[in-house]
Amino acid sequence: MNSADFLLWVRGTGLQIATVIFVFGVVLRLFEILTLGHKKNLAVTRGSGFKEGFRNILTRSLPRDKNTLRRSMFTIVTGYVLHIGLFVVIFLLAPHISLFEGIFGFGWPSISTPIVDLFAVLTMIALLAILYHRLTNPVLKFLSTKQDYFVWALTFVPLITGYLSYHHLFLNYNWMLGIHILSVELLMIFLPFTKLSHAFTLFIARWYSGSMMGEKGVKS
Amino acid sequence: MSEASLERGIAALKEQIDAPVAAFFSSCTHCGMCADACLFHTETGCPTYTPIYKVEPMRRLWEQEYTLLGRAKKALGLSKPITEEELEKWQSKVYNTCTLCGRCSMVCPVGNDITGMIRKMREGMSAGGFAPEGLIGASERAVEIGSPMGVRLPALKAQIKHAEKDTGLAIPMDVEGAEYLVLLSSMEIMNYPEYLHAITRIFHQAGKTWTLCSEAFEATNSGIQIGSSDIAAELVGRVVAAAEKLKVKTVISPECGHAYTAIRWEGPNLVHKEFGFKVQHILEVLDELRAEGLLKTEGIEEAKLTFHDPCQLVRRGGVVEQPRNLLDMIAPNFVEMEDSGVMNWCCGAGGGVSANEDADKVRNKAFNRKKKQLESLDIDVVVTACANCRIQLEDGLEINEMDIPILGLTEMLAEHLKEDKPVEEETS
Ligand code: SF4
Ligand code: SF4
Repeated sequence: MNSADFLLWVRGTGLQIATVIFVFGVVLRLFEILTLGHKKNLAVTRGSGFKEGFRNILTRSLPRDKNTLRRSMFTIVTGYVLHIGLFVVIFLLAPHISLFEGIFGFGWPSISTPIVDLFAVLTMIALLAILYHRLTNPVLKFLSTKQDYFVWALTFVPLITGYLSYHHLFLNYNWMLGIHILSVELLMIFLPFTKLSHAFTLFIARWYSGSMMGEKGVKS
Repeated sequence: MSEASLERGIAALKEQIDAPVAAFFSSCTHCGMCADACLFHTETGCPTYTPIYKVEPMRRLWEQEYTLLGRAKKALGLSKPITEEELEKWQSKVYNTCTLCGRCSMVCPVGNDITGMIRKMREGMSAGGFAPEGLIGASERAVEIGSPMGVRLPALKAQIKHAEKDTGLAIPMDVEGAEYLVLLSSMEIMNYPEYLHAITRIFHQAGKTWTLCSEAFEATNSGIQIGSSDIAAELVGRVVAAAEKLKVKTVISPECGHAYTAIRWEGPNLVHKEFGFKVQHILEVLDELRAEGLLKTEGIEEAKLTFHDPCQLVRRGGVVEQPRNLLDMIAPNFVEMEDSGVMNWCCGAGGGVSANEDADKVRNKAFNRKKKQLESLDIDVVVTACANCRIQLEDGLEINEMDIPILGLTEMLAEHLKEDKPVEEETS
């Protein structure tokens, strides 16, 4: 297989396989969660659980309070840089948007590539900082499982290969781009089956906890 | 209840796994923020006390039973089953070092109600026979005698007599049609009878009818703490029966945190029906009386004081403003603790920890958090609204040689009660 064949495969068959597994995995995970059900609360409620659930989906993205922010500063700051960075890199890079346009039939404005490039670097720095934290902080070191390191790598590799291929570094461009796309496909395949699934299950988690607290009149 | 066994424990735990639990486990990224929010971790530095780790066996059970991949792994013999040794080891995490305070659930960035999961984990632990001795004893006494501390009706009657003598007012017992049914905690009966004196005088001035019930005077619920819905339902059921028999409008939960959670929030779900009466915490009732002009005070408390929010009232109960409104009437020198209200730190003794001797040492360590909070304030008095918090605060301050008196809010209000109505007319 030469580099052109490889690129062709990852762009075609590879992407199709990854997409099918990704969609199947997401649907399966949602099904597995929601079919377990939740008993109706019979206590007289103080507030609308429904409303507070949605509020919690939004407000949990903000630091809870000054002291929590101070106590978990490292995690919160790296977490913001990582997630904002990923959003910009995935959804606002021109070539990515044209790919989405090809799939969904519509696109959206991109931002200039050097800026996305800067975000990619920041995101990678954040990920390295997160890895360092995981390896050195007593709680994180203790909590972390093989899967935590595996999903770290699943997230990091697409970033670094994307960066290298954009800058035409290291390998020949076709190979690098092919590897980049393949790494994204691996990410898609594993996302629903690992804790990366938080990308979508977090909305359910936040909704439930927000509504349970909201019914008691507690702003979550 | 049938014999405890690992199988029963696992079956009970499986029953607890619902959609929220599955969403929570699916979302946890092992970020570790819950550890920063838990006083058992911050004060001991021990990573095994990380909140989400306290439910790790339940996470594995969820994965093995309720996910496709987990089930496949189990079928291939690739997953680690839950064992007796493991759950024995988990006892100290699930009971000794968790007060169900709810603080971890406030900070988790993905929105996991970790506290709720630990509460559920206890259902499996108690059904499996892995609950601590202290809590088993308290639950047995609660079911058999009606009080986790073994307080019987004659003891209450003796306190009633005292209170009647001191206040010059009659304390109603088993009066049908009263507006309020007042519950007490054993700790109030034995350690803080001032509470009974206080409400007797306050209700007299407010012109409200109330009653105690000889068949259901205990408000605390050991079933909730040990994590046995069966026991919890039995205890709640007694209160429900009393409230229905006496046809009261409202049941008042006393100055106790978890008693409120037990009857107000878990109660109807435990007995599987909506209540035909209201349940309020005493602070909610007092705040209503204040708003209606039926609770009037005179004079002020000169001391510089702060309020310790009981976790089950604020974070897990939604009673936040009421104590502040009430303090506003009499305490111009009231100051908030750092991290007050819904983010207040637990005293370290809730959720059954105070009834569990195995936890004594770590409980005293956890108290350091409260100690630091109080030290930074330079106050004369701490006010709270939970007898359990109060005992822990008294013990902890004594151990740390800090001489700060602790007061119950209801009792403090009664000290400043404006008594327009003569007391003589009602005594007979
Ligand atoms: S804070 Fe939430 S996401 Fe982070 S480790 Fe704890 S439970 Fe998991
Ligand atoms: S509920 Fe409180 S004591 Fe229990 S794990 Fe969470 S923060 Fe710690």
